[in-house]
Amino acid sequence: MIENVDLSLVDWSRAQFALTAIYHWFFVPLTLGLSFIIAIMETLYVKTGNEEWKRTTKFWMTLFGINFAIGVATGIILEFEFGTNWSNYSWFVGDIFGAPLAIEGILAFFLESTFVAVMFFGWNKVSKRFHLISTWLVAVGASLSALWILVANAWMQNPVGMVFNPETARNEMINFWAVLFNPVAVDKFMHTITSGFLLGSIFVIGVSSFYLLKKREEWLAKRSILIAGIFGFLSSLTVVLTGDLSARTLAEVQPVKFAAFEAHYEGKRNAGLVAFGLLKDSEEKIGEKNVKDFVMKIEIPGFLSIMTGGDKNSFVPGIKDLILGNSEDVQILSVEEKMERGRYARDLLNEYKEAKKDKDVIRADEIKNIFLEKDFINDYFRFFGYAFLRSPEDAIPNVSIAFYSFHLMVILGFFFIVICALSVFLVLKDKIQKNRWFLWLALFSIPLVYIASESGWVLAEMGRQPWIIQDLMPVSAAVSQISAGSVITTFILFAVLFTALLVAEISIMLKQIRLGPKHKEDIK
Amino acid sequence: MTIMVSYLFLQHYWWLIISLLAGLLVFLMFVQGGQSFIFSLSENESQKTMIINALGKKWGFTFTTLVTFGGAFFASFPLFYASSFGGAYWLWMTILFSFVIQAVAYEYRSKPSNVFGKKTFDVFLFINGALGPFLIGTVVATFFSGSEFSLNEMNQVSWANRWHGLEALTDARNVSLGLAVLFLTRMNGLLYLINRIDDEDLNSRSFKKLISNTVFFLAFFIFFLITLFMAEGYQVDNNSGSIVTEKFKYFNNLLEMPLVLIIFLLGILAVLYGAGISVFRHSTKGIWFTGPGTIMTVLALFLIAGFNNTAFYPSSFDPGSSLTIRNASSSFFTLNTMMYFSFIIPFVIAYIWFAWKGISGKKITGTVMKKSEHIY
Repeated sequence: MIENVDLSLVDWSRAQFALTAIYHWFFVPLTLGLSFIIAIMETLYVKTGNEEWKRTTKFWMTLFGINFAIGVATGIILEFEFGTNWSNYSWFVGDIFGAPLAIEGILAFFLESTFVAVMFFGWNKVSKRFHLISTWLVAVGASLSALWILVANAWMQNPVGMVFNPETARNEMINFWAVLFNPVAVDKFMHTITSGFLLGSIFVIGVSSFYLLKKREEWLAKRSILIAGIFGFLSSLTVVLTGDLSARTLAEVQPVKFAAFEAHYEGKRNAGLVAFGLLKDSEEKIGEKNVKDFVMKIEIPGFLSIMTGGDKNSFVPGIKDLILGNSEDVQILSVEEKMERGRYARDLLNEYKEAKKDKDVIRADEIKNIFLEKDFINDYFRFFGYAFLRSPEDAIPNVSIAFYSFHLMVILGFFFIVICALSVFLVLKDKIQKNRWFLWLALFSIPLVYIASESGWVLAEMGRQPWIIQDLMPVSAAVSQISAGSVITTFILFAVLFTALLVAEISIMLKQIRLGPKHKEDIK
Repeated sequence: MTIMVSYLFLQHYWWLIISLLAGLLVFLMFVQGGQSFIFSLSENESQKTMIINALGKKWGFTFTTLVTFGGAFFASFPLFYASSFGGAYWLWMTILFSFVIQAVAYEYRSKPSNVFGKKTFDVFLFINGALGPFLIGTVVATFFSGSEFSLNEMNQVSWANRWHGLEALTDARNVSLGLAVLFLTRMNGLLYLINRIDDEDLNSRSFKKLISNTVFFLAFFIFFLITLFMAEGYQVDNNSGSIVTEKFKYFNNLLEMPLVLIIFLLGILAVLYGAGISVFRHSTKGIWFTGPGTIMTVLALFLIAGFNNTAFYPSSFDPGSSLTIRNASSSFFTLNTMMYFSFIIPFVIAYIWFAWKGISGKKITGTVMKKSEHIY
């Protein structure tokens, strides 16, 4: 395996992937949410025959189209970057990871791209019913494509359903259903798509509020707020529920990430949940890394223990327990021990390769069988990635980033529940125009919902570090062997291009919003 | 339902699927071919709008096919994905770059406040139209000419030169296939426009341009075929598993796989027939022949690259590292699982056809464009 890796190559490869993912995620959640809102609006048009609904549907569809194109553009890079920048990873887990991507293409992308064409070009060419079905299929297709990529991502967080084959030096799938119904995948899918629904709803409420502030498009704005408010409120409740489920799952499968996003260093019973806090570096260190301390915090006593273990007395391990080990309260292996075990598994793999080279069939077969033994898998191979760590503290992700991204996401999440609930209440009471403060608040919620949405991914991906596949492969072992200079060049190229396209997208979007929906006489 | 199949069958099955997707992709790149005429075919803004809107309705399918092609290749032959993408970095990045700028260009070009102006997005479309097919053709040629890479015992790739894929552009065979694909997509682009647009002036110019593009296509493709059939190929020795070179390997493959030979000949004939009836009879139906002809020709080329114990991604630097459908494929379990998902493909093709028919309607004219609600 790669023993001497250029760290700047790893950092730039990570930066390039992060850049692409962040830009991609600017556009995807709006596609997820807006597609369903549009489908609901068009359903109302078909049900009532009211041309105002058609006009409303078409207006949001225009904004959807502007956003959709750039989402597609950034998405293709992500898929191919697994190969271009993470080629060792592509081989090490391609047998499992590639399948969801292929299925995504076959099942979801064609559905989406076919019916999005009908959605835009089919008015007056296909029947109302066919058009409506197409619009719903676009929404379903968008969520379906999210499903498969999230299944793939969940596998990186919690690798299941596979066995390592020393002959091919890769992991091979043995249980497709375990991969598909990976508990992380189920939570992640529900949490991610409903957060997309919420983002779409806040976007619609915000833009509609702009019209009400300008005293324009009252019919469209009020009804859009009502639909988006209800849809967003229901979605936000699901976001909270699935977020809670995700956190519980994380506590089990990615305990270091879990401890990092709470900046929880000392394992204890009756552990409190930090609702809000500010961090600083303390004098204390784990290896070379400073332990974080709180400047101030607001804590809900005992809640972290209740959340993870069901009662106040359950022990929640802290970062120190997980890195240095804990044999007093619970049996937790130290990272040092895991590194030992990982090195044993790696040495065994090297020995297998030597035996094959020397044509020592008996030893090679022996080792191959060891890799299939349950005890070996559980006690040694599952720590394979630790063999590549230089010191135990390498297993600690950036605690500040994990902590702030998590808390920002959660705090904003609760804020959006209030926005959605209030928007529905005010429209139903016909008081929304009188409460201009709310309209301004809803308008300024649009950038906030994007920040919350991006924070979720920052937490998921940065919190997993140093792993590209939890415990099995660190990012440093996954990278393609190209020069850092090449990656820096493409990073700059894509940064410039994506930024330019984002500027164009925002400018076009703002112009379309200022122009508003077409007037009645324009409707064909 | 369980279907009993062998690992070898699945490896062949998935190479066939990949080959079909490749054929479909090259055909659907008529969109790119059409885009490459964006500055040379139309004489006024109305004609340009017609061209862009005729192509714009289909760009998503080409894009989706490319993404699916990549995903299917990753899932079924991950060692290719790791070796080629991770090694020929610059070649693939340039291809991707050209597709990224295409995706937004249609939607943004005529929208007010698009910051960069319509011309910029038209240039994006032209770059994608010219560069995309050429580079994809060049990459495909390396399936025959080889690339300079090696794999270690853990199957990790090292590229043997600093050009990371760009060196493919220095090989005449690669460039000739790249240019052949470019001119083929331009032919298909013209034929598609002839079929979809009802504008006498535009069509007359399209027919004229079709002649030169067909001639160029034939010249580069024949050059490529001659060099291909004369060349040594990389053969897998079934007993030792080692890679050896064999004279006239690809020509022999055609002769040893008569069905592939028939597909290949039918494909070429269909392309020639489609171009012929358009050039000589000014028929608007040429695309109905060149389309399937393109798919069949590309399919056959891929099959002779991967079937009959051939290394489909040979290493000219370290022949032992060459990739075959056996050593580069996913496990039996993965290929088998995905096979079930692949059964949905005919259903996908059916609904695409149904939807296309639904929105195609009348031919595009200046009047139709004026009445159209969603214009690029």
